[in-house]
Amino acid sequence: MSETDVRADVTVDAVGSSCPGPLMDLIGKMKSVDSGTVVELLSSNEGTEDDLVEWTEQSGYEYLGAVDRDDHQAFYVRKS
Amino acid sequence: MTERIVIVGAGTAGIVLANNLADELADEIDAGDVAVELVNDTEEHVYKPTWLYVPFGEKTPADATRPLAPLVDDRVTLVIDRVDDVDTESKAVSLVSRAETRPYDHLVLAMGAQVTPEETPGLAEGGHHFYGPAGATALREELSDFTEGHLVVSVVGVPHMCPVAPLEFALIADAWFRDHGLRDDVELTYTYPIGRAHGIEAVAEWAGPLMDERDITVETFFNAERVDPDDEVIHTVEGRDLDYDLLVAIPPHDGSDLVRDAGLGDDGWVDVDPNTLEARGADDVYALGDVADLPTSKAGSAAHYAAGALADRLASVARGERPTAEYDGKTVCFIESGTDEATYIAFDYDESPVPKEPSKLIHWSKLGYNQSYWLTARGVL
Repeated sequence: MSETDVRADVTVDAVGSSCPGPLMDLIGKMKSVDSGTVVELLSSNEGTEDDLVEWTEQSGYEYLGAVDRDDHQAFYVRKS
Repeated sequence: MTERIVIVGAGTAGIVLANNLADELADEIDAGDVAVELVNDTEEHVYKPTWLYVPFGEKTPADATRPLAPLVDDRVTLVIDRVDDVDTESKAVSLVSRAETRPYDHLVLAMGAQVTPEETPGLAEGGHHFYGPAGATALREELSDFTEGHLVVSVVGVPHMCPVAPLEFALIADAWFRDHGLRDDVELTYTYPIGRAHGIEAVAEWAGPLMDERDITVETFFNAERVDPDDEVIHTVEGRDLDYDLLVAIPPHDGSDLVRDAGLGDDGWVDVDPNTLEARGADDVYALGDVADLPTSKAGSAAHYAAGALADRLASVARGERPTAEYDGKTVCFIESGTDEATYIAFDYDESPVPKEPSKLIHWSKLGYNQSYWLTARGVL
């Protein structure tokens, strides 16, 4: 996907955090937003994508994809 | 002119730093060139790992505390007061009781972490925890009456103090119920927020099979959204429900409003350089221990080693030298894996831990360290 494919409502900046920090920051934010909200998670941790895909499968939230940036990735999730 | 180093918080991080500085800068302090001030809001020092043993009747909250003053080097000025504001522009902290501000040349924030069970609806009413003397004592009462049913150990908040403590609690509880002849009547479940039993992969790989062997059910990707204390059910973000008879939760943790208000970290943890421990949001401010947002564990061990490195750095700066010491993330944690056995892990920013085979020897080493901790607080070990 590209930057233009999705517009995030909220951004969670977890660049520099080690596992499980990025996923936990995202889950914490998910608890407080409304259904339909798209959350952008910024992470430089290698394991984030696998954890995130697995968690969205378990939770029923929608994983929209990722965008590579210079020193991190941006992941997009929609709350169901 | 005297160079003033002010340390806020006299937990493991603050007290080890203060005592190490007193030792390293003894001559400069005696000459009046350097002053080290340690500010704490109580007159006691607490060794928090003691609380893990309280629910099982092995320790009391009194075992965890000692008067602070005798543990602090005479060269350090101990101030019992609460800091309610940090002004990084004018380089001063405000003390509540004295209604005054104290200037600093170097400020070290070491206020630790706070548990916030109220952040999860129903958790404070429906759950117990062992992250404090009152909670650990109440849990001891519950456990002493608990002869059958479903005990759930649920990690609700990450990061939290002592990352291995939830595993320890579950493994000790298993052994404790066996020791009391109750294990067949007690169902044990351990829950963790991500897809394995622990944040550190090597610990999860070690703990997973052990939990299986001990008949402890492990639920992963389990994030409590709310607790229903009347029906005794945990409802999760993932849409699952779990019944319990006794809930032992690791509550969400928070850093400090002081940090947020000072612009040093939006989430309450101080944003620092992981090697130099310098705050990124202000000059001449450092953070140590749990309040620092470091890519290692919120554990006394990490605070201890980080304090040693920061003492070296600050001593160099006070002498007008370029600081070269750095914290490499070194952490060494014992892990109790029953009532009479334990293992340990040692790691840093680059090296992952490898848990050793649990043994009685390591368990007794841990009990020995619990006694000798007071030498760590004094900066001796």
